[in-house]
Amino acid sequence: MAAIPDADKGFGMTQLALVIDLNVCVGCHACVTSCKQWNHSGEAGPLSDANPYGAEPSGTFFNRVQTYEVGEFPKTETVHFPKSCLHCEEPPCVPVCPTGASYKRAEDGIVLVDYDKCIGCKYCSWACPYGARELDEQQKVMKKCTLCVDRIYDGKLPEAERKPACVLACPTSARIFGDIHDPDSQAARAIREQGGYALMPEWGTQPANHYLPRRKTSIKLHPDELQREDNPLKVDGKLPRPAAGEPALDDVTSW
Amino acid sequence: MRPAWSVILLTTLIGAGQGLYLALAAADAFGEAPARFFVAGAAVSLVLLAGGLVASFFHLGHPERAWRSAAMWRTSWLSREVIVLPLFMAAVFAWAVAHWLQMKTLWFNVVAVMLAIALFVCTGMIYACLKFLQEWHTPLTPLNYTLLGCASGLTAAAAMAAWLHPPLAPAYAAAALAAGALAYLARLAALARNARLRPKSTPATAIGVKHPRIAQIAQGAMGGSFNTREFFHGRPREVVRAARWAFLALVFPLPALFLVSGFPIPAFLLQFAGLLAERWYFFAEARHPQNLYYQAIA
Repeated sequence: MAAIPDADKGFGMTQLALVIDLNVCVGCHACVTSCKQWNHSGEAGPLSDANPYGAEPSGTFFNRVQTYEVGEFPKTETVHFPKSCLHCEEPPCVPVCPTGASYKRAEDGIVLVDYDKCIGCKYCSWACPYGARELDEQQKVMKKCTLCVDRIYDGKLPEAERKPACVLACPTSARIFGDIHDPDSQAARAIREQGGYALMPEWGTQPANHYLPRRKTSIKLHPDELQREDNPLKVDGKLPRPAAGEPALDDVTSW
Repeated sequence: MRPAWSVILLTTLIGAGQGLYLALAAADAFGEAPARFFVAGAAVSLVLLAGGLVASFFHLGHPERAWRSAAMWRTSWLSREVIVLPLFMAAVFAWAVAHWLQMKTLWFNVVAVMLAIALFVCTGMIYACLKFLQEWHTPLTPLNYTLLGCASGLTAAAAMAAWLHPPLAPAYAAAALAAGALAYLARLAALARNARLRPKSTPATAIGVKHPRIAQIAQGAMGGSFNTREFFHGRPREVVRAARWAFLALVFPLPALFLVSGFPIPAFLLQFAGLLAERWYFFAEARHPQNLYYQAIA
């Protein structure tokens, strides 16, 4: 049988994305610092900071970890929530850009900003419901997560390191990187099998990045599992019950 | 949203410039006035438009690259506005030159009027097309930009006519009153609509946890960020309310009093001040869904 073209499978071209497991994230900010380090020292120029050691430090970040408290005390749960550009499949930030500096790559679905074309009008940041874009106050251009596009295709790096810096840094492997249009990729499988969901689905942006929900490990016991309901004669119950003072098995034998 | 003075000035100044031109165009097509009135009016309109254009440059991080913003007119209303504004200015200039040279002005007028309307649509749609800014995502947004621009332009025309060509002044004042009343009603309609809006995005959809009680503990930065600076006006509720009462008084009722009593110049100045407050409120009123991610700092 001939190979089925991609389009027939209902999948478009490659769409690289991150799948972030909120069940595993411990909120350590390692992804934030590794992202800052890699993208600060890369070809695209610095991710500038203002007043980094002062009282009101501020700066440009591609990735931030936020923390939320769900529920009411004492029944609360802490959710650490890493947030970066979601590389939407219908990115609302791209069509509004007047210069074409914001674009979505056809070959891998990464949404990028051409820093040489950006005029710093901030309209794209208004058009992003997630607040994923930040204006660099020093370079005066809009910046956002690039999925480490200068890293993931770098043939000089060992294959295992051709991943975004945040993914490599995560100590709990809460970040999965891959092509979510490839049904066999780890990322697509995680979305499919672990209830991966998109943020703010109400706006139809179809974010490529997905989040895996927090899960509670619990066990449900039914009464028939505590008592032998399958013993119709109740034979066990008829056996003489030893008195409290009688020696137990431990007292009469050594194992 | 944080109101940017560059954008407030851009939208109010070019709105008045467009409205003033439309007022002149109406007199050119259906009335009579000396050429010097039209030329002077076009000059004032061009000064307003150029003022807006200059203000807009202060909004850019890289104003020297502004020419690039004409590129994406197929998809971006901002790009369309960037193209239509200089075209409209050129059309107004050509129309004024035609009057100066005593040429037939009908076709100059038709082209410039169409560009003026197109510019109103472009400016309004820049805001109305952002669907998750629910306060802006309504046909009332371009309608209000158009009507408020026409009202302030007609008031300016009444002021100019009182000074340069008094026979036209009463007609312009009457038209300014009618346009002002209409604009006021449409703006009130937008206020009423927005007061009843329910945000589609909630903390639950923002982080995808289905729970009615979600409180932010930390936003990933201690000293604020672009997200906290650009999307919050940071003013107390009293200031926002004061801005609303100020524009509700200044956009129509007070200028109407001055127009009726025959003082069109103070009427225009008051109305323009009102429009600045109106535009400030327009931005401050809009709640961006990204703010859900920036509720608490520590």
